[in-house]
Amino acid sequence: MAVSNRGSRRDFIKAGVSSGTALVIGFFVPTRFAGQDSNSARRDAFKPNAWIRITTDNQITVQVEVPEMGQGPRTADTMILAEELDADWSALRVEQAPVIPQVYQHLSTGGSGGVETAWGYMRLAGAQAREMLREAAANKWSVPKTECSTENSTVIHTPTGRRLTYGQLVDTAANLPAPSKDDIVLKQAKDFRLIGKPMPRVDVPAKVDGSARFGIDVRVPKMLFAVVARCPHFGGKLISFDATAAKAIPGVQAVFPVPPLGAIPNVIYNANCDGGIAVVADSTWSAIEGRKALKVSWDRGPGANETTESLRKMMLQQAVAPPSFIAINQGDALRVFSGAAKKIEATYELPFQAHATMEPMNTTIWVREGTVEVWSPTQIGAILQQEIAQLSGVPADKVNVHMTLCGGSFGRRYQWDYAAEAWQVVREIKKPVQLVWTREDDIQHDFYRQYSYHHMVGALDATGSPVAWSHRVVSTPIRSVFDPPERLKDPRHVAAQELGGADVLPYAIPNFRLDYAPVKSVVPRAWWRSVESSFTACAMECFIDELAHAAGRDPLEFRMRLLQDRRLLRAVMWPDNPPLDTAKFRSVLELAAQKSAWGKPLPPGHGRGIACHFSFGSYIAHVAEVSVDKNGMVQVDRIVSAVNCGTAVNPDGVRAMTEGAINYALTPVLTGEITIKDGAVEQSNFHDYQVLRISSAPKVEVHIVPSSEDPMGMGEPGVPPLAPALANAVFDATGVRIRRLPIQAELLRKSAPDPSATG
Amino acid sequence: MRSYNLIVNGKSYDANVAPGTPLLWVLRDTLNLTGTKFGCGMGLCGACTVHLDGEAVRSCQTPVQSVGAKKITTIEGLSSDRSHPVQRAWIAEQVPQCGYCQPGQIMSAAALLAKNPHPSDEEIDTFMLGNICRCGTYQRIRRAIRRAAQGGV
Repeated sequence: MAVSNRGSRRDFIKAGVSSGTALVIGFFVPTRFAGQDSNSARRDAFKPNAWIRITTDNQITVQVEVPEMGQGPRTADTMILAEELDADWSALRVEQAPVIPQVYQHLSTGGSGGVETAWGYMRLAGAQAREMLREAAANKWSVPKTECSTENSTVIHTPTGRRLTYGQLVDTAANLPAPSKDDIVLKQAKDFRLIGKPMPRVDVPAKVDGSARFGIDVRVPKMLFAVVARCPHFGGKLISFDATAAKAIPGVQAVFPVPPLGAIPNVIYNANCDGGIAVVADSTWSAIEGRKALKVSWDRGPGANETTESLRKMMLQQAVAPPSFIAINQGDALRVFSGAAKKIEATYELPFQAHATMEPMNTTIWVREGTVEVWSPTQIGAILQQEIAQLSGVPADKVNVHMTLCGGSFGRRYQWDYAAEAWQVVREIKKPVQLVWTREDDIQHDFYRQYSYHHMVGALDATGSPVAWSHRVVSTPIRSVFDPPERLKDPRHVAAQELGGADVLPYAIPNFRLDYAPVKSVVPRAWWRSVESSFTACAMECFIDELAHAAGRDPLEFRMRLLQDRRLLRAVMWPDNPPLDTAKFRSVLELAAQKSAWGKPLPPGHGRGIACHFSFGSYIAHVAEVSVDKNGMVQVDRIVSAVNCGTAVNPDGVRAMTEGAINYALTPVLTGEITIKDGAVEQSNFHDYQVLRISSAPKVEVHIVPSSEDPMGMGEPGVPPLAPALANAVFDATGVRIRRLPIQAELLRKSAPDPSATG
Repeated sequence: MRSYNLIVNGKSYDANVAPGTPLLWVLRDTLNLTGTKFGCGMGLCGACTVHLDGEAVRSCQTPVQSVGAKKITTIEGLSSDRSHPVQRAWIAEQVPQCGYCQPGQIMSAAALLAKNPHPSDEEIDTFMLGNICRCGTYQRIRRAIRRAAQGGV
């Protein structure tokens, strides 16, 4: 699931750190590595570790490793550190940590792990510095350290009330040995001053006045701008091109082919670039105009006959064909179905989805004086450094990756295709270049959310209790996009990234089968916000709703009875992930139901639906309220959410992530769909890949379950339960089950209540 | 190439660009005013919104030669110190996540309130329909516009 994908994406991250030349070091970082000014141990600063620099003016600068893509690590991770440091929040400065993997081991983020991992190293970093500052003050005052407390960047001698600011202790503290990890006592939750309080984001001011610099805003002297013409048909090839007209466009400086980048030796994962023709100009517009003027002949490649219909045909076949992998076969579901009092079947289909980040893909590269400077809005700073090193032959320590602000990511910037292309252009033109993708490039050359199809079968006994559950997942798997053929021979490996979420059924149903069958496609796929949970949860939570109705029971009450006993359930495909605790699952369902007045009658044409999912360690239940008009148009009126993510480090951040995930997840339910014809994407911009706009955004209420457990992921978990909650609400309003997303209004038209009939 | 005199945020600039170049790229690539964002190039997302004589326009759909003597205001010129009521409301409501679309959102909201100081929720939705936010900050955008309209920041 999502959690699963966390596991897998973290494998990449680990690989990024341990392969190649990176020196993996322990928690405490030698001072010479701290910051980028290496050996110059400055006397006016106290740098206890790589994350903190305190200067004599009492200014504290914090290095945050996790890239800022909107999910708020610069604020939340800094809060975690500042809490233990007892830092004056108003005097903190936050910087993006430089890409030095020998020092920083969390420069790549995925799987909603930014806060969860910082909870370990950022707390320790803050506490280590605090202990050294206390000791420095105790030495100055010649008092026992136990008499010294800290608050607001100040050490206080409690018996006398004497105070020294951290800035005044810089000299003394800098000469102290760092305490070992074992000697550090972390704060207890009851003593938190920052954690758990809604804090304003540190990056917001620059984001309201135009001064925030994203990748696309990077400007270096004498830089040029480039776009690449790519074959619209996936896997297609360049046959020939005529650049005469393109070169006549004012500002165009060069036009040249860039070769495809298939398997690259020794990279952590391939860039998967199809190649094309680069147009380099002195402005982005000239490059775009130059590209328009190209005359190109493409070989449409091996996927030229692929269409959404051809894929669907294979999906339907694979839904009933022998599976490639049986993940779970508890009891004997298939036998139980044949003798069941009631057997229920349903299918659900979820198409490809684009990430469509607001900032299009781009990377700026400048080769100078033996170093390669790379400015990239990326999720994978450390990995990208190694990949560019492999691609360019330049040693990794001469590849300086500058992780810029990302204008959204949602998994898209886990790929490095656009940075690889930038390198290809720079290598040829030998000048600094910003490679920019247009929106058309983005919609037509994404790594899409998998297309999936689900065949569900359930059985109820004579009392209406479910006794068997079978889930066949069919999809265009992610793994076959990235992995070498020998890895793909392992059907478990391929299935793992498709079954997350489905592999941990929270409901107590004695016979449970989960299996998988793949469908081949030329369409590139990769991680999309919440990955497989974005579709497995939809099938599961819609189907449990169908079982409830088949049993004649309220969908909430039906779920609750199946969650009565507290159980800790391990995900079968991702056993290293935190287990699902059915008590927590219950509690968010209960809270969402209570806050939404579950059960209270609604007017005709209105409906309410509930769904819950556990991913990335967090539990989220949504109750959706919808109204459906006589034309079958669905309006989402309200979403009430209950969240258990462990400690909510920045509760306003948790709220923002939940609101954002709801809005993001609404696009695939209401309007968003990537379809294929001739092995190419049919959509090209926001007129035909329609994303949620403000007029369709519902009221959202977020309720956070108080918890002092370790914080869990929040970037993605709000996505999975949204689609099923909405589909269940539409059923409640209309009596029509949603089998395929996005919802098609014509299916709801006839069933919508005729207001004149009720008079 | 031709030279165009543009008044941007009260300053005069001469930009030497090809006729037909959208104002967006003149601002970003020629004048280095990168606060105005490229999102779609088709006037579909609103990320490139600027003011021409106070009216919100999509700079990606505004050819440079059509600007003439009209005064251009970009996000950088809305205020010098984030003191515009919309900017203050955006901070108070903690609207931005990734922040990329927000210059366009803010310029649209400022133009709306200049014309209609007390918009209804429906008027807010209608006016802001052209501005896409993929992080999904729409609920906060509505709140921030209401807050700015009430003058309570």
